Amino acid sequence: MLSTMKLPSHITEKKLKSLYKEMWLIRYFDEKVDQFFAKGMIHGTTHLCVGQEASASGSIGVLQAKDKIISTHRGHGHCIAKEGDVNKMMAELFGRVTGYCKGKGGSMHIADVEKGNLGANGIVGGGIPLAVGAALTSKMKNQGYVVLCFFGDGASNEGSFHEALNLAAIWDLPVVFICENNQYGMSGPVKEMTRIENIAERASAYGIPGKVVDGNDMIEIMNTVHEAVEKAREGNGPALIEMKTYRWKGHSKSDAKKYRTREEETEWRKKDGIKRFKDLLIEEKILSEEEANKLQEEAKKEIEEAVKFAENSPEPPLESLLEDVYA
Amino acid sequence: MTEIKIREITYLEAVREAMSQEMRQNEDVFILGEDIGVYGGAFGVTRGMIEEFGPERVRNTPISEAAIAGGAVGAALTGMRPILELQFSDFITIAMDQLVNQAAKTRYMFGGKGKVPMVVRTPAGSGTGAAAQHSQSLEAWMAHIPGLKVVQPSNAYDAKGLLKAAMDDDNPVIFYEHKLLYRTQCNVPEEQYSIPLGKADIKREGKDVTIVATAIMVHKTLEAATELEKEGIDVEIIDPRTIVPLDEEAIIESVKKTGRLIVVHEAVKRGGFGGEIASMIAESEAFDYLDSPIKRLGGLAVPIPYNPTLEKAVVPQVPDIIEAVKETVRFK
Ligand SMILES: Cc1ncc(C[n+]2csc(CCOP(=O)(O)OP(=O)(O)O)c2C)c(N)n1
Repeated sequence: MLSTMKLPSHITEKKLKSLYKEMWLIRYFDEKVDQFFAKGMIHGTTHLCVGQEASASGSIGVLQAKDKIISTHRGHGHCIAKEGDVNKMMAELFGRVTGYCKGKGGSMHIADVEKGNLGANGIVGGGIPLAVGAALTSKMKNQGYVVLCFFGDGASNEGSFHEALNLAAIWDLPVVFICENNQYGMSGPVKEMTRIENIAERASAYGIPGKVVDGNDMIEIMNTVHEAVEKAREGNGPALIEMKTYRWKGHSKSDAKKYRTREEETEWRKKDGIKRFKDLLIEEKILSEEEANKLQEEAKKEIEEAVKFAENSPEPPLESLLEDVYA
Repeated sequence: MTEIKIREITYLEAVREAMSQEMRQNEDVFILGEDIGVYGGAFGVTRGMIEEFGPERVRNTPISEAAIAGGAVGAALTGMRPILELQFSDFITIAMDQLVNQAAKTRYMFGGKGKVPMVVRTPAGSGTGAAAQHSQSLEAWMAHIPGLKVVQPSNAYDAKGLLKAAMDDDNPVIFYEHKLLYRTQCNVPEEQYSIPLGKADIKREGKDVTIVATAIMVHKTLEAATELEKEGIDVEIIDPRTIVPLDEEAIIESVKKTGRLIVVHEAVKRGGFGGEIASMIAESEAFDYLDSPIKRLGGLAVPIPYNPTLEKAVVPQVPDIIEAVKETVRFK
């Protein structure tokens, strides 16, 4: 059955089910954050990835545990997909000491180095060179891990993107660059901010493969990323994969969304990656409707538990202010 | 006599008004930056401007700080007067080469040929919960570079007048807008006016101690002074408004009068601009008038944390200023 779906052979049915649940975890997490923001219970700023679950779950879903990721300012999904603990994530957004960054980082700086999540980043394009460095370590120490580097379409206009791709290419580093093209960099439509149709075309300027995938299609994502990751692991160097997707919410809380239309939003919502994945799993008889609902319910509960955990966690003590500036 | 119309507007509106008035008069002035068009900029400063001036003059850019800063330098060198909005002042680091090695040096390296009249407007400071990469106060970096001017308005009136002066200036000017001041209001004349760069404002006259405070610290210091007055301590507050050029004379004169100096800024104290002001006084004739050691209050040497309680604890607050003043005046 799996072969008709042309899934990478090592993806088990069990894994597919867990990815389905994970996508709901991501969605519910960010929906909750959105609510709490509106109520003023979470401060600062956050960037939600509702609508982009497939690119996070599909890409990271084909990694091995030893592989690493580098995320972006829109990183909750990536963190969850890299086995992130939603309790610690929610606690971080509440600024609590039990959070991933002891309440000091907030949404944009969550990292989980032990799990191979080398961190979100508040600087657009800031993480791309870091991914190159992490891949260099893998190569120099012969550690066999691959780095998945996430960034947006907007970030691909930063100098750091171009410099990093070139370096990774000439050194044949095991890094796969994933451009999550959600059509906008804040209010800038990708069509107005670049002259090319596909950001993946930029790969050719650095002599590496570039590929465009439907960023809401789990199967296409998993197949493409799997292939690129394994090639990189075998020493064939980097690749650039562009996921065409959409962020359902505004850029952040200050966004009146004047730069796009309701019709456009509605069109994209129809392409919901979670629903498409569910339909496929049911069609392929990997999941029944009831099972699917059960997994969705479980995800919802876990997020509600995470909220409770966060709310019941203490604030960081004032003495912690000076800790961790230096190692 | 012509009637001068004054009304209360916010700091944010004052900045927008200064730009709009200038753009109506001078075709060479244009703005460029990320999301400054229909979005109106991350903080809403340019809201509505694209409707009036169009996309050629309110120019949305890709997320490319180095290219747009360098682009502004090139445009300025060839006859335009660009205003560059950098979404957060932290991102100045990405444009650093263009600002430090290009904008600041060009005229001098060319032996006085050519000029770079541009303004980099950018929101600075903590207090919004945006954490370590979106909350810094890096003005001392810019002040260190010969060829750049550095402005830090503390209220709407100054913001409008100083921005006019910055736009008229033939040099690159870094114009720091404090995020927490955007919504503050004060009386601002409708017509254009200019506040010369390098002219401090004495915010409050006093005889016991001089406090030099910048940006948001001006407000905290004023609050502290009101408290201290109840205890019979009379604070003089000087807002330099621009740290390059710096109105050294105003500070020296004040210290000669009060015999005491405290400098308060939000930026990290270590290597901060407060050290420069303190040294300037130590090297001046005012040194002989000092009755107590000079004090600096600044941010702790830690990145800005996300948690609101910790965030507040990093930068000087009113009670810290009150305590510093008491310690200083106690010294005999
Ligand atoms: C260097 C830098 N410039 C600007 C910003 C402000 N900013 C944060 S996110 C963002 C848009 C990024 O767009 P994109 O890379 O496409 O990612 P998306 O938000 O669409 O996921 C901008 C302009 C920033 N954080 N860092």
